[in-house]
Amino acid sequence: MRIAAALVALAAVAVLPNVLSPYHVTLVLPALAYSIALLGFNLLFGYTGLLSFGHALFVAIGGYGAAVLSSKLGLRSFEAILALSAGASVAVAIPIGLLAVRYVKIFFGILTLAFGMLFHSFLFKFYDLTGGDTGIRVLRPSLLGRAYEDLDKTTWLVGPFYYYCVALLAILAFVMWRLVHSPFGLHLVATRENRRKAEYLGVRVRFFRLIAFSISAFYGAIGGAILAVNTGQADPELAYWTHSGELVFMTVLGGFGNFFGPVVGAFSFIFLKDQLVGLTQYWRFWLGAILILLVVLFPRGLSGLTERMWARLHRSTPS
Amino acid sequence: MTAFLDVVIGGVFHAAVLFLVAAGLQLVFGVQKIVNLACGSFYALGAYFGISAVSWCLARGMPPAYFLPVLIVAGILVGLIGPFIEALLLTVYQRDEAFQLLLTFALVLMFQDVLRFFWGADPQQLGDLVMTYGRVKVGALQVPTYNLLVIAASVVIAAGLGAFLQKTRFGRILRATAENREMSLALGVNVRWVYASVFTLGTMLGTVGGALVVPTAAASLDMPVELVVEAFAVVVIGGLGSMRGALAGALVVGLLRAAAISWYSELEMLAIYLVVIGVLVLRPGGLFGRPLE
Repeated sequence: MRIAAALVALAAVAVLPNVLSPYHVTLVLPALAYSIALLGFNLLFGYTGLLSFGHALFVAIGGYGAAVLSSKLGLRSFEAILALSAGASVAVAIPIGLLAVRYVKIFFGILTLAFGMLFHSFLFKFYDLTGGDTGIRVLRPSLLGRAYEDLDKTTWLVGPFYYYCVALLAILAFVMWRLVHSPFGLHLVATRENRRKAEYLGVRVRFFRLIAFSISAFYGAIGGAILAVNTGQADPELAYWTHSGELVFMTVLGGFGNFFGPVVGAFSFIFLKDQLVGLTQYWRFWLGAILILLVVLFPRGLSGLTERMWARLHRSTPS
Repeated sequence: MTAFLDVVIGGVFHAAVLFLVAAGLQLVFGVQKIVNLACGSFYALGAYFGISAVSWCLARGMPPAYFLPVLIVAGILVGLIGPFIEALLLTVYQRDEAFQLLLTFALVLMFQDVLRFFWGADPQQLGDLVMTYGRVKVGALQVPTYNLLVIAASVVIAAGLGAFLQKTRFGRILRATAENREMSLALGVNVRWVYASVFTLGTMLGTVGGALVVPTAAASLDMPVELVVEAFAVVVIGGLGSMRGALAGALVVGLLRAAAISWYSELEMLAIYLVVIGVLVLRPGGLFGRPLE
């Protein structure tokens, strides 16, 4: 049932470029990127119960990875860029994770926030290496060995690159689905629900947290690389703590209790923000107000809301 | 020597302001167990409101020398938004920390636009008022008297806060509630009232801090999000929930930052985060906090 729904959603996303204007399709691209990053983030937050408030760090590593590799080192293959950026992200995540997974709750959040801001101030201050506040340009990569040089930027983005990202999301979502429904995923949930009990049962809690942290870093970097290619620029804002806050916002908006919640959250956040920015210059205010409503009234997010309505619908129509 | 003195005085001045904000953060965390990301927004609100209050008074013929008391009063007045915000937090007290953080993050977003709405996107400044108090010679240095007054004010507030928490009846009730909320409730403490007053006090510490800093630095829309991370660094280094920790942490961060700026400016914030990480690794509870787990 769920898989059918996912396939229908995937098909819908795949035909979007035929229905929507190119502008709206370029909005779907960041939503795809955030979907991937948040699927990873939710492995940590929803399934393992660890709230990272510095997750933008890994998104930024992906973004800067794409920037440095494409415009400084001349690497054009997007597959290689993704692999190297995600690899770098995991390489950074392991030492950070070794420290951070000793903590839970607010301390985990603050420690990850500190690491994220550490990277931000490095990006911001070391101008010669990182381009400072303007960041580094990201050149158009080749996809599966094809450069598509005859296409202009927008056509390329809403054409080949779009389908590439949809495919990437489908593959990574499938992998994540298998992960969270495997014994590994159940271990994570067990450490979240009752850490002591899991330990008595022989679960190596910190080890499992570390693995979850590294996987989420992997997904974060892939999302970041897509984001940076889409905007053509990697800048320090990617690593700023408010960006991490937005990641949490999106996840809660979609609902962290549901596997597809983060995807729903990414899409609704991007379109909500786009609408608000078009309506008023005070869009942050309304975004904040919506977040408050969400936290107070609908903590399970949009997916939780639909689940509840679905359940009620079934109860009221006896079959 | 002069350079060293310059760093020390600059650092202590920064520490004095940071302490006020961090003390508010600690108070709220200690009693309500909420990490308030919006503390930086209160700080910025105090700064903007301070500028408006002083300009308003000057336009009505106030002698420039009275601007310091006006700033303090302005900070305290605007801190009165505390109870209203606390009423909002009421919904998340018993909930997961993720929601508490998100709620205060939502406040950060909203305040950003509230400030933009009332004061516009351009940075605001208070002109040359600092110089109305003249300068003091410290060694070979000329230090604005105002900076020393702010340091003194912060020391007085720190001492007053300490005495309030340790010596007064309300301070004891407050500490008891921080220690064990259920027991205080059972003993007839009006916890609702304690929470509301603690949060308001915390807000005022932030707004007064912002108001005091504004004659020396411009108020801008980046202020809230930038200050939060510094205030976080202070409380992590000092230990979450500890007042002495806030003092020690503020001095560490203030001095470190002043030193980095004058000797190797690339390291400005980097050095602070490195210390934060170092403290969390070596002494997870912070300098004055309780050990964890």
